[in-house]
Amino acid sequence: MSEKEALFSKKNLKLLSDPLNDSNPITVQVLGICSALAVTAQLKPAVVMSISVMAVLGFANVIISLLRNTIPNRIRIIVQLVIIAALVILVDQVLKAFVYDVSKQLSVFVGLIITNCIIMGRLEAFALGNRPWQSFLDGVGNAAGYGVILVIVGFFRELLGSGSVWGYQVIPNSWYVVNGGFYENNGMMILPPMALITVGIIIWVQRSRNRKLIEN
Amino acid sequence: MKALRDFFEKTKPYVQKGAKYHWLHSTHDAFFTLAFVPKNTSKSGSHIHDHIDLKRTMSFVIIALLPALLFGMYNTGYQHFKAIGELASTGFFTVFFYGLLKVLPVVIVSYVVGLGVEFAFAQMRGHEVNEGFLVSGMLIPLVMPINTPLWMVAVATVFAVIFGKEVFGGTGMNIWNPALLARAFLFFAYPAQMSGDKVWVTLKDSDKVVDGFTGATPMADAAAGNIDFNVFDAFIGLIPGSIGETSTLAILLGAVFLIITGIGSWKIMVSTVAGGMLMGIILNLFAGVQGLSPAVAAYFSMPFWHHLVLGGFAFGAVFMATDPVSAAQTDTGKWIYGFLIGVTAILFRVVNPAYPEGMMLAILLMNTFAPLIDHYVVEANIKRRLKRVKVSA
Repeated sequence: MSEKEALFSKKNLKLLSDPLNDSNPITVQVLGICSALAVTAQLKPAVVMSISVMAVLGFANVIISLLRNTIPNRIRIIVQLVIIAALVILVDQVLKAFVYDVSKQLSVFVGLIITNCIIMGRLEAFALGNRPWQSFLDGVGNAAGYGVILVIVGFFRELLGSGSVWGYQVIPNSWYVVNGGFYENNGMMILPPMALITVGIIIWVQRSRNRKLIEN
Repeated sequence: MKALRDFFEKTKPYVQKGAKYHWLHSTHDAFFTLAFVPKNTSKSGSHIHDHIDLKRTMSFVIIALLPALLFGMYNTGYQHFKAIGELASTGFFTVFFYGLLKVLPVVIVSYVVGLGVEFAFAQMRGHEVNEGFLVSGMLIPLVMPINTPLWMVAVATVFAVIFGKEVFGGTGMNIWNPALLARAFLFFAYPAQMSGDKVWVTLKDSDKVVDGFTGATPMADAAAGNIDFNVFDAFIGLIPGSIGETSTLAILLGAVFLIITGIGSWKIMVSTVAGGMLMGIILNLFAGVQGLSPAVAAYFSMPFWHHLVLGGFAFGAVFMATDPVSAAQTDTGKWIYGFLIGVTAILFRVVNPAYPEGMMLAILLMNTFAPLIDHYVVEANIKRRLKRVKVSA
């Protein structure tokens, strides 16, 4: 504990970068799947959701890490929940104040960040046993890993399901069948099952590229 | 034939391990074994080989599908010329060739795309090419509405082969019937192209339709409460519908062939029909219940056996439910599996108007449950035999 470590030492940077690939919360640990299915029909809510989770997870990790030596072991889950819930309410209020439309679109799923397994998982597995700065990096890293997948899934679901990206129509209107063209949006991309399949494809691609993840 | 065999034998050294074209070895093997029964024998131990292998089984199913395919071609032309009111003045062959030209592209797209994906995966994984797609490739076009755009057929085929089969490990490992998966994919992804009144009959914008033409299938009409189709027409198959599923007669011919050759399970076919009829009778009994809207009540009271000639029921029962990979494997299991398909198909069809064709969903649902059904059948058998052991001991 006593030795002085640089803020961005190799070890600390690894905390930030590992969850992006080798231990990605969604594709490797398979956590937080429900929200990945629910908010990714379009890109914008997916991005807002990722940022919200990043804020909550980063600060919850720091707070828990600060309190880690004072929390009685038997009630630690309750304490964690209180802290997460308080942060989520804060985030929710901010969203309502500044991006009301998206907040309405995300509806209950902002509140459900409380039950996101990634957050509980990181608090239990990391923040309870590490110093605040490392915990912060770990929180931000994991939220970023979660966000990357959300953004990829959201991008493809919006592009193929609605023909737009970030709300802007990218597929020319004249292509559509109703306008005499040949193209039709894939209605199944809007439905949650396709989000699961998209996540599956990402896992497939990742596992075939990353040697560390290939089992036996 | 001799020349073909010589060609395969001659090219064989080029695809051996280490040779220049080794990456083509599974492609070579696929065409060779498709054309000729391989002479390979088991290298160790004693084995019993059936005289027909998987490729021969698959080709028998293709033969069984031919009546439905040919009739589908004729019916495509028939519906077209009937809609524009020129049926009486058009010869049989004109009608047939019109349909042939419309159906053939769908078949070709399905085969080219599906086999392309299969070959690519086989090459990549170093497997033999699986022969399962020979049948799926024919089933996919037969369950499509004739107006399905070809690129949608291609997308659905890619989806079905990759996510219905390859991710599970290829032919023999799939949970669901790939052809049905292709149709289900299109049904949920592009509902406008898979249902409604516009997709069953090929018409150009310039074509003038006759009075009274709606383009709706008898089943869509029935779901709306107007049941006035001619049962005989429906049995012969001269009604709008997906390419190969309209003719119960042609499907029955295929069924007879499958049963005689022992390839399709007659248990599944019989129990599916029994289940459908039972559910039809039950719905008949409930037709008088208070509070049903007139349309629903009319559909409820449709004679139960009419369901058998409508839509994809017969096609599903004969060609889809009997798929040896995704169906139940045990004998008792087959009875249960088929029966539940019949029951749920008619239930979906009549009670849920959002899904006019319940057969597809019923079979996919029961595909999912088939391993569970088998598991309990096996467990029950073990229990029964254990009891016998204990009694005698």
